[in-house]
Amino acid sequence: MSERRTLIDLPHKILETAMKAGMDSSEKSRSASYFHVDDRTVYSTINQMFEGRLEMMDVKEALRKYDWLIDYMWNAVKEDTDDVTRTVAKEYSGGYFIRILKGAEIDFPLQSCLMLSRKHMKQRIHNIIIAEEGSKARIISGCVTEKNVEGEHYGVSEFYVKKGASLNFTMIHNWDEKTFVRPRSAAIIEENASFVSNYICLQPVADLQMYPKAYCVGDNSRARFNNIIYSGGNSKISAGSLIDFTGVGSSGEIISRNIAKDSAQILAPGKLLGNNVKVKAHMECRGILLNNGASIGAVPELHARYKDVDMSHEAAIGKIADKEINYLMSRGLSRDEATSTIVRGFLDVDILGLPQNLREEVDRIVDSMIEGM
Amino acid sequence: MVEKILDVTGLGVEVEGKRIIDGVEISLDAGETYVLFGPNGSGKTSLVNSIMGLPEYKVVSGKIVYDGVDVTRKPINERAKLGMRLAFQIPPEITGVKLLDILKICAGAGHKDALSKEQMNLVEKLKMVEFLERDINRGFSGGERKRAEVLQMLFMKPKLMLLDEPDSGVDVESLKLIGTLIQDYITETKASTLIITHQGQILDYIRARKSCVFMEKIVYCHANPKEILKSIQENGYDGCLGCTKRRWGL
Repeated sequence: MSERRTLIDLPHKILETAMKAGMDSSEKSRSASYFHVDDRTVYSTINQMFEGRLEMMDVKEALRKYDWLIDYMWNAVKEDTDDVTRTVAKEYSGGYFIRILKGAEIDFPLQSCLMLSRKHMKQRIHNIIIAEEGSKARIISGCVTEKNVEGEHYGVSEFYVKKGASLNFTMIHNWDEKTFVRPRSAAIIEENASFVSNYICLQPVADLQMYPKAYCVGDNSRARFNNIIYSGGNSKISAGSLIDFTGVGSSGEIISRNIAKDSAQILAPGKLLGNNVKVKAHMECRGILLNNGASIGAVPELHARYKDVDMSHEAAIGKIADKEINYLMSRGLSRDEATSTIVRGFLDVDILGLPQNLREEVDRIVDSMIEGM
Repeated sequence: MVEKILDVTGLGVEVEGKRIIDGVEISLDAGETYVLFGPNGSGKTSLVNSIMGLPEYKVVSGKIVYDGVDVTRKPINERAKLGMRLAFQIPPEITGVKLLDILKICAGAGHKDALSKEQMNLVEKLKMVEFLERDINRGFSGGERKRAEVLQMLFMKPKLMLLDEPDSGVDVESLKLIGTLIQDYITETKASTLIITHQGQILDYIRARKSCVFMEKIVYCHANPKEILKSIQENGYDGCLGCTKRRWGL
């Protein structure tokens, strides 16, 4: 499958696009790399330093290699959820299989890139990520379109975070105004395990709808969703998240920051389900509208079935406050500079809990977006 | 002749169509420290906010001349760049914008620049090191907010400092720290200063020879700060209202 030896051998144009979604083409600071273009896995390699501690390969190859893997297919995400899942079940061209072996602590992030490059491509992906007991890892996954490519991306991702494991997953979307996107993700989090899902989308997209779910089934399990969305043009985005707390003392947080301009529509539904005792959960949803004509909807929902839970939410939508702009102008910034400083702060990547090198890359992506504002 | 750093003449200001300042005359010589006394709600903050140029304060008459330049119609940032800087009485919280980010803005440094040793020294002196990576003013106590304001002020190296109640809601230690560092800056740079104070605590640390009482939308009385302070302490601002010896100049 993988006839190439390093990422650098891939066409320059493809790499440049991938870097916009956080890919490190030198691979030096990555523990493993995976690349899927259109309907083909073109690259999958593990950094030698990490061999024996993790696995990364195309999911079809993994299914041939491990007969037990079939039990993880369509377990967290149900096959008959909707047309998207049913289509992926029938037509998927691959996806990544990631397995962090028991007790392994992977200091360097794993990276993956799913790219649309052919016109009218209908990309169908199925990813499976297993963080075995006591393991610790970070994954950065970028999804990109080459400029002006009409296309469709359906992606199913199933996460299994075993006892005491810790998994931080950062997804960066960099689509085009002609892309139709439907991710379908769910995570099952066991006892004392922790799952963080970061989502960053700073470019317009035709239509994106997703509602990833985290099932905190284990006692004292933890889940967190951080969404950072900046959208303009005629983008239509519905990006929510749900955490279902069934483990005793499980806890979690949903943080959603949204900025809409032009005619963009963003909907941010969030749901916390307190289905056991001592559940602790919080949701924060904030939105900034840069002009009339754009829209943001925050729909926070809390449900509790036990009296011994601590659940809360806050939601706020509005324009950038004049007093914040005046304050920064009194420090010497022009009105435009003050606005972009506030936008930059609002899209605060510090909340993502990223290691320094990843943080710098996400910073770079935010910077380039703001420069073009 | 001593140059004037600030000359406000016949200033009338409206907020949302309501007159809040009515014919104010204030002038500051270069290098002078001037104290503005006044009861709560008398419009002291409105006056300095108007001088700084905050847009909700609409100047309907008179003019503001700063360092020989008529700044009456200039936006805030242009006044700031000329060296006029304001420490807010109630500064806003800004989500995700760190104290460190603001300090770099104040110093005119780039987003990725590091603080110099001298700048870091100031941060340490004001005991704000642990606040650098925190969202500006979010969850800060009264004293911490004032220390952050003064820290920014010192980073901006102003020619004219407008200090809006640097001593209100501040613990004794912060007050001493703030007062001492402001006076050091004045001594070192000969900067001009307009300080608003309600009860005058900051004057334990800052030397001023001129002051006025601002009341009823106007400058009510000019006098030596010690004199005014003594009178306020004895009779309150109500005493000023009944005073028959109102003075119009020093």
